[in-house]
Amino acid sequence: MLKFLAPAAAAVALVAAGGAAATFFAAGAAGAQAAKLNDAQIAHIAYTAGNIDIAAAKQAIAKSKDKAVLDFAHEMERDHTAVNDKALALVKKLNVTPQDNPTSQALSKDAKAKLDSYAKLSGKAFDKAYVDNEVAYHKTVNGALETQLIPGAQNAELKGLLQTGLKLFKEHQMHAEHLAATLK
Amino acid sequence: MALLSRCVMACLAGAALAAASACSPAAPPKTYQVVLKDLMFGPLPAQARVGDTIEWDNEDIFLHSATAKDGSFDVDLKPGVHQPMQLKKAGTFDFICKYHPGMKGRLVVSP
Repeated sequence: MLKFLAPAAAAVALVAAGGAAATFFAAGAAGAQAAKLNDAQIAHIAYTAGNIDIAAAKQAIAKSKDKAVLDFAHEMERDHTAVNDKALALVKKLNVTPQDNPTSQALSKDAKAKLDSYAKLSGKAFDKAYVDNEVAYHKTVNGALETQLIPGAQNAELKGLLQTGLKLFKEHQMHAEHLAATLK
Repeated sequence: MALLSRCVMACLAGAALAAASACSPAAPPKTYQVVLKDLMFGPLPAQARVGDTIEWDNEDIFLHSATAKDGSFDVDLKPGVHQPMQLKKAGTFDFICKYHPGMKGRLVVSP
């Protein structure tokens, strides 16, 4: 059974850096104290982050004509779905209800804006925007996993799943970087 | 005398059979399990030979592959699968998972 920590007053905000790469900032009102997340919130953030990438992959599958981009998008959809299915099974087993929180909300809001803006693109412009964002997005999520979510997770199984996720998403980041280099 | 002779004959015949067996190039083929777990290929056999079989055991929840860089083999490995692959040629094969190229291995196959 998980112990739920009371969420700290610190707000976790997500901002767009340079218009492309979203960056996590964990800062309190005074900008000093890192946010403390409980396991239910961490599970929610990880699941939300996975779902965002699945939605982006589905958009790419519907819009792209480039085989390498399509292969990558299918891989993202498949891998993130596998992790999220595992996460759902885990929270069920632990009898935990994932808890919405400012980080998940900021991630979702940012992702919705990106989906809307990429919907207006097509052809190579879309492919480039999608793949560049995949590089930035995986970097962001990997940073958050390393510095915030994995260290913050109390439950060993959740921590283990997040660690597997980090390993996987680093592979994705590498794959996205290789793909981005070929699209230039 | 006749009995001794039969014994000698039998021994010689036995020795000949043993020699034939020792000279035979075909040791019985072996199967080696290679486990894929946590986005890594597990230990590979040190003495694999042509005719042996690698059984790829994917214990991850992700689709992987064993893809030789020189194109000698390319097998998709679904989660939970135990996929046999017979070794058909000798050589040193560097391979990756084409879906997660950070996963790497080197398979050495003797003639």
